Amino acid sequence: MARRIAITSPIGVAGEAAPQVAVRGPGWDGRFTVLILFLPPALLLFTLFVVLPIGEAAWYSAFNWNGFGRPTNWIGFDNYRFVLETRAFWLALRNNALIIAVSLAIQLPLALTLALMLAEKFRGAVALRMLFFLPYILAEIATGLIFSFVYDGDFGLVASIWRTFGAEPPHLLASTDTAMLAVLIVVVWKYFGFHMMLFIAALQSLDKNLVEAARIDGATRTQTLRHVVIPLLYPTIRLSVFFAIIGSLQLFDLVMPLTRGGPADSSNTMVSFLYNNGISRMRVGYGSAIGVILFAICVTFAFTYKRWFMRDE
Amino acid sequence: MSSAGARPAFDPAVLFKALFLGLVAIFVLVPLLATLLGGFKSLGELRVNPFGLPRQWEWQNYADILFSARYWQLLRNSLVISTLAVALTLITASMAAFTFAHVRFFGSSMLLSYLTLGLLFPAATAVLPLFIKVRDLGLLDTYFGVALPQVAFSLAMSVLLLRRFFKDIPYELLEAALVDGCSYIKFFRYVTLPLSRPILATVGTITFVNSWNAYLLPLVMLNTDALYPWPLGIMVYQGEYSSEWHLILAFITLTILPTIILFLLAQKHIVAGLTAGAVKG
Repeated sequence: MARRIAITSPIGVAGEAAPQVAVRGPGWDGRFTVLILFLPPALLLFTLFVVLPIGEAAWYSAFNWNGFGRPTNWIGFDNYRFVLETRAFWLALRNNALIIAVSLAIQLPLALTLALMLAEKFRGAVALRMLFFLPYILAEIATGLIFSFVYDGDFGLVASIWRTFGAEPPHLLASTDTAMLAVLIVVVWKYFGFHMMLFIAALQSLDKNLVEAARIDGATRTQTLRHVVIPLLYPTIRLSVFFAIIGSLQLFDLVMPLTRGGPADSSNTMVSFLYNNGISRMRVGYGSAIGVILFAICVTFAFTYKRWFMRDE
Repeated sequence: MSSAGARPAFDPAVLFKALFLGLVAIFVLVPLLATLLGGFKSLGELRVNPFGLPRQWEWQNYADILFSARYWQLLRNSLVISTLAVALTLITASMAAFTFAHVRFFGSSMLLSYLTLGLLFPAATAVLPLFIKVRDLGLLDTYFGVALPQVAFSLAMSVLLLRRFFKDIPYELLEAALVDGCSYIKFFRYVTLPLSRPILATVGTITFVNSWNAYLLPLVMLNTDALYPWPLGIMVYQGEYSSEWHLILAFITLTILPTIILFLLAQKHIVAGLTAGAVKG
């Protein structure tokens, strides 16, 4: 994907292929100055606020600690045991799996269909693209609040539709049966436009000659789509799946205004579970253990996925 | 081009396409429009008429918020934090990316892989130790306590994007400049940065949108209402006016308005930025 983009720009090729001639002029002194001035700010920030906290999470997770003073109450792996024994943890994990399933089964086909429709030029195509992308740039908090109105049992849009049929409106977000379903719909509403844009970008950088050739050889529209266009999109589809999964694993902001993970933990995601059980109660050890588990899931997933599906990128 | 034939009078595929696009457009638009219009209704009307145009336009809902110090304070806080995050990200990431792109030194690729570790996991995983770190640094309840971790977490992606672009600047240019006695730093300042405006805008956009919309980090790092960015402020507002939906809807509309205006003004840039960031990561 990225490589194809690079090749289209002549400068890119020249830059990549340029022989790395030894630098004359200022030589080592000049390079040294750049090294000690330019690298440390980024490396320092990154180490301090990204790498160290992850290491410390592993360390803190071995303590029963409320965050004040120094951690002293060493309890080994007990925190991990507590996490794994919590029903809510498995519910959160299941919910993350559900979000991934919906992303793959509904959001991805929807995004792909829309991209195929909107990649062609016709009046209104650009406006529709922008409209569909709009939810993606809205803050998740605002999106969550908008939909907590939509779902509201007294004032909401859903309630009003129910009432026109003479039925008693449900409180979707307040029932353990429907809360997660309601969240899933919002997830699709918010993110399908992003995936659609990924596909549109890919479709536009696609080699038109291949499609043209297939048509000249007598392939029908559907055949061209299935045997030429979709296979050419595989790298983007793999990328889209990757983002859907990583995105699901960090979903939090959207859940808070909708349900806060409730009722009865039925709509927690991993991160809202971490927030409700670790952060808001300052159970540093327990919360760190959840963080480490989430970290392990993310890293394992990222590496396996890249190795299995994205080897050539 | 090749498929130019007689245009059929009625094509079911076109009809289906129009229907499908229309349905999705309604799915996207209705919640947004209902929010905008809901802010113009009274609570009583909202209950019986959540969809339609307001029978009586209550400009007061919006006016009260627009003339409140609270609304502007939230936006100002968000603007300060996002600007800090963007400025610091652009400065630190472009310097690091320049070094990785143009200066060969021992351990260069190792350090770069070290930075890209940041792409692998979300900030939420380490948020408790991060809180303790920020507290121990005395940055709790400050703008920097939110902005610095945001910068740190945006570095990996930013450095990768910038480095890819910097590498495309012809090597001969740098060589010639160095021979003529120009220093690396001057080259960076007077050649690399001016040539890289598009990618700097892209990275700036990604960082800005992420920081402007962020909720978890400010939630953990800030305790004082006066410092809250708008996503935190709007949650507090909703808590106070729990079921006065007309006011909450007006408040939501006004807080997402800056995002929508920015999007309309710079849509091409924002779309390109957010998708490029994703694709090239």
